Amino acid sequence: MKCMNRILVQSADFCLAHEYQLLRTDNPQDGAIVTFTGLVRDMAQDLPINGLYLEHYPAMTAKVLGNIVEQARTKWSIGGATLIHRIGHLTPAEQIVFVGVTSQHREAAYLANMFIMDYLKTQAPFWKKELSERGDKWVEPKVSDQIKSDHWE
Amino acid sequence: MINVLFFGQLRERLGQDSMTLEYKVDGQQLDTVKALRSYLQLRPGWHEWLEEGSVLVAVNQDMSAEDAAILDGAEVAFFPPVTGG
Repeated sequence: MKCMNRILVQSADFCLAHEYQLLRTDNPQDGAIVTFTGLVRDMAQDLPINGLYLEHYPAMTAKVLGNIVEQARTKWSIGGATLIHRIGHLTPAEQIVFVGVTSQHREAAYLANMFIMDYLKTQAPFWKKELSERGDKWVEPKVSDQIKSDHWE
Repeated sequence: MINVLFFGQLRERLGQDSMTLEYKVDGQQLDTVKALRSYLQLRPGWHEWLEEGSVLVAVNQDMSAEDAAILDGAEVAFFPPVTGG
């Protein structure tokens, strides 16, 4: 399993236990797995929302997500890397994104996992629309996400 | 030919998700991002939505600056800043 990437963009949900097992499979040299799961919240700017609609640019998403994982590999020695992002309509509390990274020792997996999420937020061509009783609203990019992404450079 | 794509809020504002343009129009080649953007901005109501700085551009799926070259047959996408994750 060493140095294997699993990158998926899908409307279907994912199973954390299944992804975790895949990262463990045939991977006895790695002693650490760090996973991150992002969920849809029921609030946006302190107001309730009914859910999200996620749009993306398929040809570019595949390319960018692959590049982000490869950049993480140049910075840290990591084994398996899984990145799953959902698209389409999602309701509050649903899973939206998963990042799982393995490494021999924990530090590389922690850092690479955070790097992949921070870069995904500012580089990958996904767009979120918040759905609510007040009308649908495209999400504005956050300055704080850009700062987090920039700090790795 | 250039295959032009629009995504997210920009797609909704312009009322279309794609268009195909001849590489050479009105005697000029749409051979840079700047040239293509300027050409599209001539359409009624499109100028403000396509302003540099408010929308990003990818040429053949790579983020590109204003002076980036566009070759005949390219895919060029315009879209708002990304908000995934």
